[in-house]
Amino acid sequence: RKMATLSVCQPQLGGFSFENCKRNAVLEAEVTKLGCNVPSARKTGTTICGVVFKDGIVLGADTRATEGMIVADKNCSKIHYISPNIYCCGAGTAADTEMTTQIISSNLELHSLSTSRLPRVATANRMLKQMLFRYQGHIGAALVLGGVDCNGPHLYSIYPHGSTDKLPYVTMGSGSLAAMAVFEDRYKQDMEEEDAKRLVRDAIAAGIFNDLGSGSNIDLCVITKGRVDYLRPHDMANKKGVRTGNYKYKQGTTGVLTKSVIKLDLEVVEETVQTMDTS
Amino acid sequence: MNIFLILSCLNSLRQLQCSVPKATMFFHISAGIFMTGGMCAPVIPLSLAKNTRGLRSQLKDSVPVTGMGPQVGAYGVQDTLRSGFSSVKNELLPSHALELSEKNFQLNQDKMNFSNLRNIQGLHAPLKLQMEYRAARQIQRLPFLQSSHLALDTLKGNDESISFEDILNDPAQSEMMGEPHIMVEYKLGMM
Repeated sequence: RKMATLSVCQPQLGGFSFENCKRNAVLEAEVTKLGCNVPSARKTGTTICGVVFKDGIVLGADTRATEGMIVADKNCSKIHYISPNIYCCGAGTAADTEMTTQIISSNLELHSLSTSRLPRVATANRMLKQMLFRYQGHIGAALVLGGVDCNGPHLYSIYPHGSTDKLPYVTMGSGSLAAMAVFEDRYKQDMEEEDAKRLVRDAIAAGIFNDLGSGSNIDLCVITKGRVDYLRPHDMANKKGVRTGNYKYKQGTTGVLTKSVIKLDLEVVEETVQTMDTS
Repeated sequence: MNIFLILSCLNSLRQLQCSVPKATMFFHISAGIFMTGGMCAPVIPLSLAKNTRGLRSQLKDSVPVTGMGPQVGAYGVQDTLRSGFSSVKNELLPSHALELSEKNFQLNQDKMNFSNLRNIQGLHAPLKLQMEYRAARQIQRLPFLQSSHLALDTLKGNDESISFEDILNDPAQSEMMGEPHIMVEYKLGMM
């Protein structure tokens, strides 16, 4: 009844609906009183980073997704496609980064169709920061955006509240400090592609081995003018071990003393045939 | 007010030392200001005014945030038939920090864009646009049916963008439909 009367006054709009917020708050209070936990969102406790080299950008990410203290996904892909020349790594809440990058990718595609030009990284950056600021940080997406456009290679880091930085090397996520330490030590301007790939691989490895929230493999994405190499996985740093011994016993290891067979008589009580409805 | 603006224009021109003869410049600028500043609220080009804060209260572009108070119908009381029973606790605080800002987001964006347009191009620009919006908004089905708002979307530029409004909670897929009779009566009553 209430829903019908509500829709009289205002036209129904799409987007976020805040109807259940009060109910959720009450539920959460009740549940914590009983001692249980409300299920938490899946985060990507992460190490992501990016670096500008001579001809383009190298983006790197680990592949672990966590749900509290449990590894939810051992091999998730954190480097998202935005446009043929722009890719974006996402840290924070996994669903938020996924949906945000998909929306921006669609918008950028429509925009580039309308302008009939290859999209620019600054456009993607502006769209992302305006959307994240509109939601005041409630969308938990920390992103590293990189690409090559008509003005050269560009690298941005975008924080959940909507601030952005344009830098030659950036790291984000829970393992960002470990990765930044590697960058600060070995970054040089105008590196070659192989050096840049090695540097990013080492930075992500530092995050993987020194941060509990990051783990599994290292993904790389190398973007240059006219070419994108999506290397997944570039380096399997944490391969699962192979069991060296076999604990199965051979047939006949245990000696048999006696053997007795008891037949179990089952009689048919009822038999029904149910025809399939194939009309 | 207008004389003040013209004097400040002349002052800034003198400082700029432009080569165009001052008399013609005077006529150009004054014509511009009379066009834009014809209302009781002075519209000051931001490049000329040194301090806009003091006059902010006079600008009619500030947007009061609507939404959380009790909805009053006719006779100044809560319209129980249309908006259900009221409860003070529900209306005191919004249930989520973003609820109010999201409810009024489109409205606020429009007001901001129109006031910018008015400051840049003059009063005629937002007036013409709003006239077109009003005409396009009338192209729709009866209130309880889903209309595509194609003309309005094209004018606003929404046909070239996708946001959460298009993905989440699509009104075309909603499980509840409004009461047709009540909605049409409401709409005609408003008009």
